[in-house]
Amino acid sequence: MKNTALYQTHIDLGAKMVPFAGYNMPVSYAGIKQEHQRVREALGMFDVSHMGEFLISGPNALDLIQYITTNDASKLEDGKVQYSCMPNGEGGIVDDLLVYRMSETKYLLVVNASNMEKDWNWIKRQNRWNVDMQDLSDNLSLLAVQGPKAVEALQALTSVNLADITYYSFVTGTFAGVEDVIISATGYTGAGGFELYIPNASATKVWNAVMQAGEAFGILPCGLGCRDTLRLEMGFCLYGNDIDDTTSPLEAGLGWITKFTKDFVDSDKMLKLKEAGLQRKLVGFEMLERGIARQHYPICDADGRKIGEVTSGSESPSTGKLIGMGYVATAFSKVDSRIFIEIRGKLIPAQVVKMPFYKPA
Amino acid sequence: MNFPANLKYTKEHEWVAIEGNIATVGITDFAQSELGDIVFVEIETVGQTVGRDEVFGTVEAVKTVSDLFMPISGEILEKNAELDNAPEVLNSDPYTAGWMIKIKVADASEIDSLMSADDYKQHIGQ
Repeated sequence: MKNTALYQTHIDLGAKMVPFAGYNMPVSYAGIKQEHQRVREALGMFDVSHMGEFLISGPNALDLIQYITTNDASKLEDGKVQYSCMPNGEGGIVDDLLVYRMSETKYLLVVNASNMEKDWNWIKRQNRWNVDMQDLSDNLSLLAVQGPKAVEALQALTSVNLADITYYSFVTGTFAGVEDVIISATGYTGAGGFELYIPNASATKVWNAVMQAGEAFGILPCGLGCRDTLRLEMGFCLYGNDIDDTTSPLEAGLGWITKFTKDFVDSDKMLKLKEAGLQRKLVGFEMLERGIARQHYPICDADGRKIGEVTSGSESPSTGKLIGMGYVATAFSKVDSRIFIEIRGKLIPAQVVKMPFYKPA
Repeated sequence: MNFPANLKYTKEHEWVAIEGNIATVGITDFAQSELGDIVFVEIETVGQTVGRDEVFGTVEAVKTVSDLFMPISGEILEKNAELDNAPEVLNSDPYTAGWMIKIKVADASEIDSLMSADDYKQHIGQ
């Protein structure tokens, strides 16, 4: 089991630690609901240093990235970020990821911790251009400082004008006295804020500086527990739950990052699937009666016939509603469709709804 | 964490208070802490006679769901209806406001198999 550079900090803060993707990670400190609300209303900080970072560079870097990802990375400019997907050669998904354009010939790929090795080996196999690949995962820490107060709270720590960094853009600059921090206006919460890429040796220094700068704004350290409820409220997919090697990006509602204007791994397969029509779709639903849908619970029609499976579910801490996501046969995927979740042998009614489940003010 | 000495405990992390032939049951401070924020409790066994170690309900937390096990056999006389409105008391006050059910004890000898507070602390490594 690996530890992040902030392991001792989490222990000192009294975090509840859990094994996740080979790392000891904090799942919560004060409690999932309290941390969740604080991010929605003010500010929270997550250590997500378990995430993987690959630096892809060379004259053909873009060729490799265009081939392995579904989104069109040629649209990126320096300082811009793109959400994308890596197809697995069989129409499924190796991983979802962020693509950062550092320069015309240098890109940073940010991947899920649980898929790091699989991703690395997969990309290496596709690399017929001999593009230089560096795995920075063990050297970089990643802090997500999320919430509506992020700009105001963090501005004291840097001369970079944070308000100027638009969503899905980044600036490399000095932050809390640490040089070359990637300050990225991204996140997995829908609450606004930044993700900070920092050399491990400076992680504690930046963490402490952010905690201090955020104190007046009520900052709380936040764990993976509320990261999950925050992303679910936004309808963001979680790899291993809502998408995996057996799901198509098209079925998962990721058609918007699947661009058939270029050739990529599986572009033919996906185009055929699109033309033939999807058999199943990932939908969001709300429970109409009490019950929490958990991953792998069957989704049924009114007669109890299985029409799909739950991929994520929870109480929404922001609305109090019981929400979930899952794949259903296309006939049941329209908003307002009545579906039933089988919870411990009982069929509990639910209704397909439009995502996100929650719209921040 | 708090484990009152006047209560009995099970390895499934329930506490039991015995008064005459009535046992009051809830989950321990350790259990609520492991579960995290509790969203609701489902107990649909009132009026039934349920055997030791059998499931009498479930507790749903944000992250996980857990079965509730009978610490001793008996008829479930009553459940704590307040938990429907305020399940969070299971987190804040597991031993008093957070009681779950009252059981009419079927076999008093089963009480002897329950753990003391010290044994329970050892069981959870505290």
